[in-house]
Amino acid sequence: MGENLPLVWRKMPERYRLVGSKCLNCGRIYFPRRKICPHCRRKGKIVDIKMPEKGKIYSFSEVHSAPPGFENELPYFVAIVELQNGIKLFSMLADSPRNKIRIGAPVKMVFRKITENDGKGIIAYGYKFKVL
Amino acid sequence: MVGIVSYGAYIPRYRIKVSDIARVWGKDGEHVSQGLRVKEKAVAAIDEDSCTIAVETAKQALGRADIDPRNIGAIFVGSESKPFAVNPSASTVAEAIGAVPNVTGADLEFACKAGTAGMQAVYGMVKSKMIKYGMAIGADTAQGKPNDALEFTAASGGAAFIIGDQNVIAELEDTCSFSTDTPDFWRRAHQEFPEHGGRFTAEPAYYKHVIGAAEMLREKMGFDYDDFDHVVFHQPNGKFPLRAAKKLKIPFEKLSAGYISPVVGNTYSGNVPLALSAVLDIAKPGEKILVVSYGSGAGSDAFSFKVTPNIKKVRKAPFVKDFIEDKVYIDYAIYAKFRKKIKSI
Ligand SMILES: [Zn+2]
Repeated sequence: MGENLPLVWRKMPERYRLVGSKCLNCGRIYFPRRKICPHCRRKGKIVDIKMPEKGKIYSFSEVHSAPPGFENELPYFVAIVELQNGIKLFSMLADSPRNKIRIGAPVKMVFRKITENDGKGIIAYGYKFKVL
Repeated sequence: MVGIVSYGAYIPRYRIKVSDIARVWGKDGEHVSQGLRVKEKAVAAIDEDSCTIAVETAKQALGRADIDPRNIGAIFVGSESKPFAVNPSASTVAEAIGAVPNVTGADLEFACKAGTAGMQAVYGMVKSKMIKYGMAIGADTAQGKPNDALEFTAASGGAAFIIGDQNVIAELEDTCSFSTDTPDFWRRAHQEFPEHGGRFTAEPAYYKHVIGAAEMLREKMGFDYDDFDHVVFHQPNGKFPLRAAKKLKIPFEKLSAGYISPVVGNTYSGNVPLALSAVLDIAKPGEKILVVSYGSGAGSDAFSFKVTPNIKKVRKAPFVKDFIEDKVYIDYAIYAKFRKKIKSI
C-alpha cells in the first residue's frame, strides 16, 4: 500500500485546493490538470484555474470492500461530484450520513486525510466532499 | 491600528457524552459531568487531525474577508497533537490556502496556549511592518489516556485569526504574558498520551497564571474589569474559568458568549481561539473583550481587544454556534476507533 512520494507531492495543488487547468484558446476547463489541451493541441494555452468548492452528487456508491489502507473507514461512500462549473470529479464523501446521500444532494469540499501510508510514511491530504 | 481582520472556526461533527466515557470506566457519569461542568466533547473523525482542522479554520478565515492569500506573510499553527513530529502543518496550511511560496511560519507548542502565542508573534510582525497579514491558528485533536481524568474533556477543534492593520474588526489594544516553569502537565517525546500533576494543576498552575496575566495587563493598561463586555478565560473544563472569574469579581454574563467547554470540551490550543471566535460571532462595535489563555508548563497570554464597526462585514456563517449544533453522537467504541485508542489501528 501507500502512494509514492513524488505523486503525493505533484498532486498537492489539485488535492489541496482543487487547482485544475483552463485552455485560454478554447476556454475548456480540465480537472485534473493537463499539460496540453486535447482539443487545441499545439494552439492551446493551458493555465491553472481554481475549481469551485461546491457542487452536487452526480452519482454515488457505498463501499463495503476497501482497498488496502481504507479498511478502518468501512463502510464509506464515494461519489462523482459535479462542481458548479460542470466539471465532474471522483471523491470520497466525509461526515455524510446515509440518509442525506442522494443524487443531486449539495456538497462542499472538505480537507481530510486520504491515506496515512502505514503511520510511517507521508500523510496524503486532500479533498473529500461533505453533504450539506 | 493592528488587530484581527478575520477569523474562522471549526469543530468536528462527532460528540461523545462524558457519561458514556464514565460508564466504560465504572464511574458515575452524572457526578463526573457535574464536577467538571462538561456534558460532552467534540471528537475528530478518523480522517481528521490537527492539520486538517487547521486548514478548515484557515479557509473559513480567508472566506470571510476579501484577502488575497498571497498577502499572508506568516502562518503559525499552535498544537500539541501534531500529526508529524517533524514536518510542519504550517506549510500544509500555506499550500492549501494558496499562500505559498512567499510566506514564513512554524508549528508552535505550549500546551493549550500555543494558539495565542502565535497571535502575539504575528501581531508583532504586522506591527513592525515585516508582513502585511499574518495568520495564527490554534488546532488540536487532544488525547487523554483511557481512564485518565483528562479523557473526559480532551477534545478536537480550532480557530484561525488573520492579523493585519487594514479593515480591522477587533483592535488588539495590548497584550502581555505571565510565564514560569511549572510542571503541571507534559508529554515526553514518543509518548502517546500526556501525564499530569493531578491536583497540582489548579492553584499553582491555572489560577496563578491566568490571574497573574490578567492582573499584569490590568496594571499595564490601567483598566478596570468592568470596562470589558466579554471575558474569555481558557477552559480546561467548565469549572476553572468560572472560578477564575469569581476571584476577579467578573460576573458570569461576561463569560457566557465564549463559554463553550460544557458542550465542546477542551480543544487545547484551539480552546481560547474557539471561545474568542464565539464572542466575535455576536460582539457589537465598540465592545471590549478580555482574553486570557493558559498553557501548562506554564504560561498565560492576556489580550485586550476592542471591536470595530468592520465586524459586520465579516459576520458570515458558519458561526461557532452552528458547529456546536451540527453534531452526531458516537459511543465509546466508535470514539476509540476514530481516535486510534485501539492498539492495532
Ligand atoms: Zn483548448
